[in-house]
Amino acid sequence: MQRFAGVDYFDIESLLNEDEKMVRNSVREFVDVEIIPIIEKHYRENSFPMHIVPKLGELGLFGITLPQKYGCAEMNNVAYGLVMQELERGDSGVRSFVSVQSSLVMYPIFTFGSDEQKDYWLPKLASGEKIGCFGLTEPDFGSNPGGMVTRAEKVSGGYKLNGAKMWITNGTLADVAVVWAKLDGEIHGFLVEKGMPGFSAPEMKGKHSLKASVTSELIFQDVVIPEKNILPGSKGLKSPLMCLNQARYGIAWGVVGSMMECYNTALNYAKSRVQFGKPIAAYQMTQEKLVYMLNEITKSQLLNLQLGRLKDLGKVKHTQISMAKRNNCEKALEVARMSREILGANGILDEYPVMRHSANLESVKTYEGTHEMHTLIIGEDITGFSAFE
Amino acid sequence: MKIAVCVSHVPDTATKINIGSDGKKIDPTGVTYIINPYDEFAVEEALKTKEKFGGETVAICVGDDAVKETLRKALAMGIDNAVLLKDSIYRDSISIAKALADEIKNQNADLVFFGKQSVDYDNSITGQLTAELLGYNCVTVVVGFQLEGNKIIAEREVEGGKEIVETSLPAVITAQKGLNEPRYASLKGIMAAKKKVIEEKPLPPAENYVEIIAMKKPAPKQPGKIIGTDSSAVPELVRLLHEEAKVI
Repeated sequence: MQRFAGVDYFDIESLLNEDEKMVRNSVREFVDVEIIPIIEKHYRENSFPMHIVPKLGELGLFGITLPQKYGCAEMNNVAYGLVMQELERGDSGVRSFVSVQSSLVMYPIFTFGSDEQKDYWLPKLASGEKIGCFGLTEPDFGSNPGGMVTRAEKVSGGYKLNGAKMWITNGTLADVAVVWAKLDGEIHGFLVEKGMPGFSAPEMKGKHSLKASVTSELIFQDVVIPEKNILPGSKGLKSPLMCLNQARYGIAWGVVGSMMECYNTALNYAKSRVQFGKPIAAYQMTQEKLVYMLNEITKSQLLNLQLGRLKDLGKVKHTQISMAKRNNCEKALEVARMSREILGANGILDEYPVMRHSANLESVKTYEGTHEMHTLIIGEDITGFSAFE
Repeated sequence: MKIAVCVSHVPDTATKINIGSDGKKIDPTGVTYIINPYDEFAVEEALKTKEKFGGETVAICVGDDAVKETLRKALAMGIDNAVLLKDSIYRDSISIAKALADEIKNQNADLVFFGKQSVDYDNSITGQLTAELLGYNCVTVVVGFQLEGNKIIAEREVEGGKEIVETSLPAVITAQKGLNEPRYASLKGIMAAKKKVIEEKPLPPAENYVEIIAMKKPAPKQPGKIIGTDSSAVPELVRLLHEEAKVI
């Protein structure tokens, strides 16, 4: 088995501390051994590799920035980013699984939850014994989540939930869903548990992207949840947006993993594929593509590292996260497509990872805030004018 | 029971190696170093043995500050303590074995694991030399290990099969691929390792019996040759594999 040696043209390695490097190396090895050999099969069969969940838990990859008392590693945001990067080198679907569990389930429970909720859920989510999902997006409310129609009403002993969510990663697999709904016109978070009467989570079919990841609808028909299942600290649209910031941060790092894999594949292919008597890497047009790819990888890496350092200092702005998510996803998709071009017809086969990454990145560019929305978020920040509200 | 694991810090097998300007050492620029892959089996077996029978584990490595990375990896996998026998000059296998044997004696370890060889110099001898210096029993190239009281039952890989041997503590075991599945360093392990101190001890000057006088890269690979494109080429292919390549 070939060990992945990384892509590092600017000695960014020297900017990482020892723990960060160790975490990166451990996850890199895990991806080489446990994910890359099996992922194409799962992608082809539209299945998520469930057997890796306990292994991800054992490695400590769920909720890695949260306190040790909940069974988490309590590491910094750069280490979290590196984990996302390495996982997405394997597959965006696997990275999505860990992103959702960490940033969209454990983070809101930790940030907005009661002590009882934290003590019960966080250790089980950290070990992978329980799986979570995050329900914000609705069929008619994607970029505009504030318009959601899912409603909670106060009933004796708890709340009654009605509505539907869509595009929910891990929905069908989840033991607990962090669901956002309007209670008296204001958005609050609720923990809806698998098996509660009136709650169902059918899997969405027909995806040409993220095929090794489960995407679901969440349907609530008079689901009565107990009083203790509201996230007491959540209030308004700001709460779910805080979660999305965590997840977007992880995506900005994650797609660099896809880029590295696509670039590496293209580079190796170009050096060994001979046409007209010499390797295609010897042709100027191929070199131009390879250099472009490496250049974009390097820029994205530097953007991420500074973003992570700012986040660790508590100084990061959500608009900076938007910029990294926006830039890196767009460039990752370009890099994947370029890699496919260098591989020619071979690029469409699942013998190589590039078409899978390319198809995955179509989703990754769109979810957690579309490219367009991030543009408008930054646009509003620099001009003072909101172009969408 | 005290269990020692001797580890070595080696260039990543995926790294491209260049020879330094003196022609006697590799040029470390741009080379990534890792724990010797066979030593990972040794670490895993030490951890499994401790988990089963209790006791304490210590990882020992000879080298300069850079090798601490490998000791940290062993600690992150779960080893209790680490000792760096500090030195920055070249040591031959016997010189390394002497240093290790002294420290193992000092640690009072009665079970010692090595990788069967280091993938840098490939001498495949340090474990055996250390056992000899300590007067310990030694089983090499081990793919199965069982401890019952003082008795060790070990499975060895031999040409075309396996050999089951019995010996007793104190002993040195050198690990071969297949002995176990080394665990990954978990994030919690990495954080726990941060709190552990690597004990540093100076070494007396090396007394080497072997000196490296030159290092050379292997000759470049010859290009492959196409002997045909359909089934008519099979007899010739078989003949070449048998007579020229001598692989069948």
